[in-house]
Amino acid sequence: MAIQTRVISSTIASPWYLHQLGKFGASALLTLFALILVSAFLTPFAYSALTAIKDKEQITASARGSILPVDRVKFTYEGKEYDVVKVPFEDGVRELALFIKGRQESTFIDPADPTAEPIVWKGSWRTLEPVERLAPRWGNFAIAWQQVNFPRLIFNTLVIAVLGVIGTLLSCISVAYAFARFPIPGKRILFLILIGTIILPSQVTLVPTYTFFARIGWVGTWLPLIVPHFFANAYNVFLIRQYFLTLPRDLDEAAMIDGAGPFRILLSVIIPQSWPVIVAVALFHTVFAWNDYFMPLIYLLGKPELQPISVGIQVFNFQYGQQPHLIQATALMGLALPVLIFFMAQRVFMRGVVITGVEK
Amino acid sequence: MSLKRIQQIWGFIFLSPWIIGFLAFTLFPLAASLILSFTDYNLNRADEIHWLGFANYMKIFTDPLVGISLAATFKFALIALPLSIILPVGLAALLNAKQLKGKRILRTLFYMPYMVPVVSSVYIWQGMLNTETGWINRFLGLLGIAGPNWLNDIVWIYPALNIIGIWGIGNAFLITLAAMQGVPTELYEAATVDGAGPWGRFRNVTLPMISPVIFYNLVLSVIGLFRYFEIPYILSQGTGRPGNAQMFFNLHLYKTAFVFKEMGYGSALAWLLFAMAFIATLALFVSSRRWVYYASGDGF
Repeated sequence: MAIQTRVISSTIASPWYLHQLGKFGASALLTLFALILVSAFLTPFAYSALTAIKDKEQITASARGSILPVDRVKFTYEGKEYDVVKVPFEDGVRELALFIKGRQESTFIDPADPTAEPIVWKGSWRTLEPVERLAPRWGNFAIAWQQVNFPRLIFNTLVIAVLGVIGTLLSCISVAYAFARFPIPGKRILFLILIGTIILPSQVTLVPTYTFFARIGWVGTWLPLIVPHFFANAYNVFLIRQYFLTLPRDLDEAAMIDGAGPFRILLSVIIPQSWPVIVAVALFHTVFAWNDYFMPLIYLLGKPELQPISVGIQVFNFQYGQQPHLIQATALMGLALPVLIFFMAQRVFMRGVVITGVEK
Repeated sequence: MSLKRIQQIWGFIFLSPWIIGFLAFTLFPLAASLILSFTDYNLNRADEIHWLGFANYMKIFTDPLVGISLAATFKFALIALPLSIILPVGLAALLNAKQLKGKRILRTLFYMPYMVPVVSSVYIWQGMLNTETGWINRFLGLLGIAGPNWLNDIVWIYPALNIIGIWGIGNAFLITLAAMQGVPTELYEAATVDGAGPWGRFRNVTLPMISPVIFYNLVLSVIGLFRYFEIPYILSQGTGRPGNAQMFFNLHLYKTAFVFKEMGYGSALAWLLFAMAFIATLALFVSSRRWVYYASGDGF
């Protein structure tokens, strides 16, 4: 009680604008803090983008040079190229072409007035900073595109992704329909087992599965990356089932009275109402297939012509390391599509995550 | 046949993809790997297979890489597990604050790196963490601090891996935030009337109410710890460098089974991993009775 009175009296005692100002200040401070945090969080993207468009020479020339992609400005005089540097004079810094290098004094030419007498400046030329000019090398992306053979990687990834989407939709819709609408004996236990597979470490089933696929000749093909998706997985079944449970049963029953069988009801009653969740699962799986690294790594080892984008980028950078600009260019090209899909359908993604995460 | 019976049969028909898949890709392989773990099966000489009894499991005790890889996993976990609770909760609390402006866009931006393929994120962070050219050490340099050799030092590699891991915070953060938003406002009002300040409300209302989600995230993190593979594999180009500091348990398992094709010993390692993950999860479930609060009265 005492505290309550204190709260009330303090709001009365201080003028209303002070209270407002305090609220505004807290809000501004908090927002500023969040902005700093999110900037730090996303800074690596800036690093990657700026490095991807740097010239290789700039990267190898100096480790601590500009973080921006720059060129040294040159000036051509009588057929030869000279570096343009910043030369300090008493009346200010001038940008001059370094003509004759000397330890005690150097001679310069003014690019603005090359016919004038060369300028002599006392001091070591080594202390002079070069003049740099912003020079993004957009061509790096084209080089990376060709060297990694992106069209091939994208084609492989899309085939694996699209067939996987078809498989996961067919199977998960069917299984979710079973869980949402049919009186199956032991349904609760079966559903718990399904959810339990989420926390089963896949390593323990992977060795025999790999062995099996190896014996039937599927290792080194796309099949192990596609076929298992035709047998449903816990996350997507859960997501679709939750959606099906929200659909009213009246329409099912009306269709049943009209003589429609379970297949008919699924196709013409349930699915037409469920496009949001179907699109969500399709997007989830596309991003999953695009980002999946481990499965293609083990099943497509030594088959570069079949590898999807994730493994392709890694293999390329493994073989042709020490090209930081190309590494960053390939990294960005690899993340472009999933990030784009995410921004276009962010609500779908975040809702899906919340449903599978919180309700379970 | 009664209508109910017909409906049951239809139910099993629609369920069949999962039942077949569960048998073919979970139950059967589980049994097969247990059997394989008692043999010397090697895919490079697939025609001969001998029963070894417990020899593979005895080998676990003499294989130096088992101890090394478990130590690596443990050292990593020492930072990773606390972070996997504190970061999502802290970030969600920030984004749940009433005074914060631009929540929507911030939420999207904090989640977004979760969408980045692990290969891309490893290469981006590898550049960021480079001793000379990386922005982290250059930033530290501006402050007059000589940054460490993050990726080639057997101690600093663990903080480095955790820094890379921060980009994977998206899912845990988002479901924690959703849980926080689901806490009924009456509870906060009641706590305020009882004299609780902001910290008291967070400690005594928010944390208990979101404890199921913290628990869920913790279980996934612990299992993720045993499965940790892709980032150290790409970063060390499959070698586990520096030293064997990145030779995580799962990398050792991968090399045994899929590089050297020793499926027998690989299966024994896989069962060890399974057993450890199972015990850890079980311990979490047992402990959860003491600290996880279910408003509805039943667990998941």
